Amino acid sequence: MADAGVTVRVGGLSKRFGALEAVRGLTFDVPAGSLFGLVGPDGSGKTTTLRMLAGVLPPTSGDAAVAGVSVARDPERVKRRIAYMSQRFGLYGDLTVMENLLFYADLYEVPASERGPRLERLFRFSNLGPFRDRQAGALSGGMKQKLGLSCALVHQPEVLLLDEPTFGVDPISRRDLWLIVHDMVAQGITTIVSTVYMDEAERFDRLVMLHRGRTIALGTPDELMADAPTMEDVFVRRVAEAEAAGATRGGAEPEGRP
Amino acid sequence: MSPAVWASGLTRRFGAFVAVDDVSFEVRAGEIFGFLGPNGAGKTTTIRMLTGLLLPTGGRGAVAGFDLATQTEEIKRRIGYMSQTFSLYADLTVGENIEFFSRLYSLPRDRRSARREWVLEMAGLTEHAGRLTGTLPLGWKQRLALGCAVLHEPPVLFLDEPTSGVDPISRRGFWRLINTLAAAGTTVFVTTHSMDEAENCGRLALMNRGRLIALDTPAGLREGHTEPIFEVRVADAASVVETLRDAPGIVEAGMFGRTLHVTVARAEGAEELIAAALGRRGIAAAGMGRIVPALDDVFVARVRAAGGAPAD
Repeated sequence: MADAGVTVRVGGLSKRFGALEAVRGLTFDVPAGSLFGLVGPDGSGKTTTLRMLAGVLPPTSGDAAVAGVSVARDPERVKRRIAYMSQRFGLYGDLTVMENLLFYADLYEVPASERGPRLERLFRFSNLGPFRDRQAGALSGGMKQKLGLSCALVHQPEVLLLDEPTFGVDPISRRDLWLIVHDMVAQGITTIVSTVYMDEAERFDRLVMLHRGRTIALGTPDELMADAPTMEDVFVRRVAEAEAAGATRGGAEPEGRP
Repeated sequence: MSPAVWASGLTRRFGAFVAVDDVSFEVRAGEIFGFLGPNGAGKTTTIRMLTGLLLPTGGRGAVAGFDLATQTEEIKRRIGYMSQTFSLYADLTVGENIEFFSRLYSLPRDRRSARREWVLEMAGLTEHAGRLTGTLPLGWKQRLALGCAVLHEPPVLFLDEPTSGVDPISRRGFWRLINTLAAAGTTVFVTTHSMDEAENCGRLALMNRGRLIALDTPAGLREGHTEPIFEVRVADAASVVETLRDAPGIVEAGMFGRTLHVTVARAEGAEELIAAALGRRGIAAAGMGRIVPALDDVFVARVRAAGGAPAD
């Protein structure tokens, strides 16, 4: 069981693909109702970590308790407690915005009485309301991303896992997406978000910085930025320290973005 | 000296839809020129015309001295193009990829070995010429892709979100390379959503709904932004965004890192106005003050003033 006040507890979580150690000994706690960040460049292990936390990829060693459920022993039960938006979230291009949302509401068995208010709230932040009858395939990249996030949120998960929701999205849609995320956190949903953008790292209550599968920094933004003006400086400094210690030398990165 | 890239009244219609609407600008040789705008603003259509892949339906323009309407084949031979989904062959070695692009660009035989050495040196891959490209770290692949895009020494180089996804150390190295190329006279045309990348450009063009709505240096855009913006520090900033957006006198409120950026109609009395709006929710700001806007703020404000981002 999870300790009181901690919704996600990660201990020694590791994943190996053949010779590649994609995630090595990751250990952190996510307090209940907080916004936690996985921050690092492509190939640093963010997606692999989120897939393990979502119960869709078994760890090679270590474990994580998500809402009290072990991802190593009981991945099927994890899936019912979370919402997970992968980088290629499955939207139906031929269905309208509204039909996609209702499809996911059916899938997650959201009671009819809760659907109206839930959709209203999602529409308010996503600015998708005026486009509810538009086919999803005809939306711009940023709008698709907002619809994907809205679909993942039609049910009330205990834990929300978002893989790079703002990647490649213009600054306006990016603001909308962050508002939706913060609104979910305000409702008490424990949320873990990955990002490649160092300037987004300051938004998190706590974060882990990853480099080639290893943790190079873990803490609150204030703690990490105590001796560096920007998060980018934190990253650069920590990588230099890790390399001086020989920790990441010789490690091969996996293929980049598909 | 004639501009390396210019457009005058450049227009592209698709039936009734005007994707690019009367766009004019000039980019001088050796300039790093950034091209920004929300999805659907007309950036890609403009780039397709500038790279000789799509003919304009109105207006004129030239790249490296060749006409966009009549000399597209000449243009294609004189440009380099690199996108985030760059076209390196993962199962070829570094050296074989360079060889492949040398042939693709019909590089004269006697130039090939010198250019190969130059690319390997520039990309820092001299020791790794025999390595399979697919096994390289992303930052290295990006440098190799840049090298392959400029093998034929094009006067104009197009970059599409060139450093998204790479770590900050590789990104800084990449931009040092770009600056070196530009200093040697290569004109660099960058499209991006990343304000970090935009900061590396000499001038920025912002498009919305097919039109060019701003064109200036990054500093000029920030300083020329006349709507007053206040930074507000408050616990749980996200929860008060809506409250502020609905308050009279407040034009826009958005999260910026952990703080709020609040755009107001008038600077006088703005702090009292913001404090009062927060007070109605029983919230006190931990601090606030007027700031020079971030590029992000300018982007959002200019697009809003130009009718908002298009839906598709």
